[in-house]
Amino acid sequence: MPWDEGLVNSLVYDRPDPGEGRVMSYVGAINEALTIALDSDPSVLVLGQGVDDPSAMFGTTRGLQDRFGLRRVFDTPLSEEAMMGVSAGAAMNGMRPVYMHNRPDFVLLAFNQLVTHAPKFHFMDNGQTTVPMVVWAAIGRGWGSGAQHSQAIHGMLLGVPGLKIVMPSTPHDAKGLLLAAIMDNNPVCVFEHRWLMKKDGVVPERPYRVPIGKGICRRRGRDLTIVGASHAIELGAQAAALLASEGIEAEVIDLRTIKPLDESIVLESLHRTGRLLVVDTAWATGGVCAEVGCLAAEKGFRDLKAPVGRVGLPDAPAPAGFTLEQFYYPDAPRIAEAARGLMRA
Amino acid sequence: MADRPIRYRYAGKAAQGFQRFAASKPPEFLIGLYRSMLRIRRIEEAIERRYREDQMKTPIHLVIGQEGTAVGCCAALRHADLLYTSHRTHGGYLAKGGDLRAMLCEMHCRVNGCVGSRGGSMHLVDKRVGMAGTSAIVGGAVPIATGAALAAQMKGEDRVVVTLIGDATTEEGVTSESLNFAALRGLPIVFFCENNFYSVQSPLDVRQPPRSIRAWAESHGMAACTVDGVNVLAVREATSAAVARARAGEGPTFIEAEVYRFRAHGGAGDDSHTGYRAVAEREAWEAVCPIAIFGGYLTSAGLLGDAAVAEMEGRIADEIDEAFAFALASPYPTEADLLRHVYAE
Repeated sequence: MPWDEGLVNSLVYDRPDPGEGRVMSYVGAINEALTIALDSDPSVLVLGQGVDDPSAMFGTTRGLQDRFGLRRVFDTPLSEEAMMGVSAGAAMNGMRPVYMHNRPDFVLLAFNQLVTHAPKFHFMDNGQTTVPMVVWAAIGRGWGSGAQHSQAIHGMLLGVPGLKIVMPSTPHDAKGLLLAAIMDNNPVCVFEHRWLMKKDGVVPERPYRVPIGKGICRRRGRDLTIVGASHAIELGAQAAALLASEGIEAEVIDLRTIKPLDESIVLESLHRTGRLLVVDTAWATGGVCAEVGCLAAEKGFRDLKAPVGRVGLPDAPAPAGFTLEQFYYPDAPRIAEAARGLMRA
Repeated sequence: MADRPIRYRYAGKAAQGFQRFAASKPPEFLIGLYRSMLRIRRIEEAIERRYREDQMKTPIHLVIGQEGTAVGCCAALRHADLLYTSHRTHGGYLAKGGDLRAMLCEMHCRVNGCVGSRGGSMHLVDKRVGMAGTSAIVGGAVPIATGAALAAQMKGEDRVVVTLIGDATTEEGVTSESLNFAALRGLPIVFFCENNFYSVQSPLDVRQPPRSIRAWAESHGMAACTVDGVNVLAVREATSAAVARARAGEGPTFIEAEVYRFRAHGGAGDDSHTGYRAVAEREAWEAVCPIAIFGGYLTSAGLLGDAAVAEMEGRIADEIDEAFAFALASPYPTEADLLRHVYAE
């Protein structure tokens, strides 16, 4: 069994309605975005450890090297910091690199470049340089990924000025946000989630961009607002379905971008529902849960009928064994239970 | 307190080293190199002299003693070639053609500084002259420069990248990673190492084993050489050869030049008296001052007389006075400038 392939294959998702358009896989949507970008802009390059190997970064980069050549789609040395800096330096000189990692854990090796260099240059040199680069990684979960192969690090990056961070939750957004990220003139982190990779969805064939910095309402509801991004939206939507059967109507807000944050979509929804539950694939401490919770306290206080709820990871490293994993990770029933708690408050 | 023993001695030929390089060069070229070094020295001395007035609220890292490398290196470059440096920026900025007024405005925190008072002394950047970037993190600019070289190679530009680094930079893992990648891809880059034997106050032999930095660099699979760093002509010759190799698509070169920092790591004045290095060691190196020995050679060769030097000194002093006056009369940024260029459009 190759790594967690079997686990991800066993996940069950709702089937999209083919009547709404072309249905394609999540992985296919990413592959299509990369293909469009490489095809339409000669400055785009795709690099990363294993982008041209048989597993092709979960399949997202399959066929790209054959089509666009070794110079534009290439495997890298295991030198995360240097390759992050190389990406930044190439971006500062006219290229649009997409630097791919199969886990965010590896991005941590490159924080000196990702935090201290790439997002600072445009400011530091008074706008002389732009740094249009994309850092892509897929958050792991389960099948023994453990403490060092499943970290969701986006919370650590929320406080880094100059960075943008997007976290798609559907194949449609995976394509549209990646294209937007590649054409953006700033360093953009795209954090995918491994568990979304087998989700199918309706994906328009044309090139399109999902705007960075704007959230979207996935489900209307009057009783409480569930807000999050990426795989947390999948769980939040499942929880909302459970709650609906009990007569609780949850609104689900997909942030799409967690930096810069679409404050107004959160505050408008909170204004309608009066209750806010923030869900995230990362630790509840100091990340999206904390930031959105603070937003509600700062700017939506008068709308709150109950304390803000957070559902994220406990303040502990991820365990590797599958029994402990079940206790560690939030699921739809736990999100639903947190929502019921807010309704009682 | 008794002086420490001398650790690092000059190993070059001083003035005897010029003849073999000078013979084929036109006098105006040689005099130009002398003028460039003298100008940098006088600018640095003026900065040092006025530093205590506290008008320049910026950390400074003077290049006094290291003018031969900055000038010799940049004399081998074209306008379109790019230079990336560490925190010790003044020499490279001026030698690459950076504007003195804009530099002094930057150091005086004025809005018309070369980077609008966002960088200070450690981040003197002027893309118009190819002073492309700096990093205040040792080794931070090395992968950026490598990425710039990748961009130049991919775009087929006739452009070479040089990065000025120090001996301690070779201890950073990212430098090794960058050399590896530059050699792997045959990038048009020159890693120019000014080995001044001290990282802040830590001597080389407590930081590196007794093998040459050149040998270390060579082990990455690239051409490497050593050059007398106080001999501006030798530096220029070695850099020209490396640049020619890069331009011809023959890959990167590493150059190690032994030089000596006559002043403290940072701030005005020397700090040898604090005991980390011998006062006699500094004095021995001052006796082979790159400007004095080259001036002596030019005089003995009949190319430079007292009157010419006096005229040169006068012009430089006028230029410096005018630039300081300009800086001191320039406006400060306002609060409205603060959040510009956090993100690029």
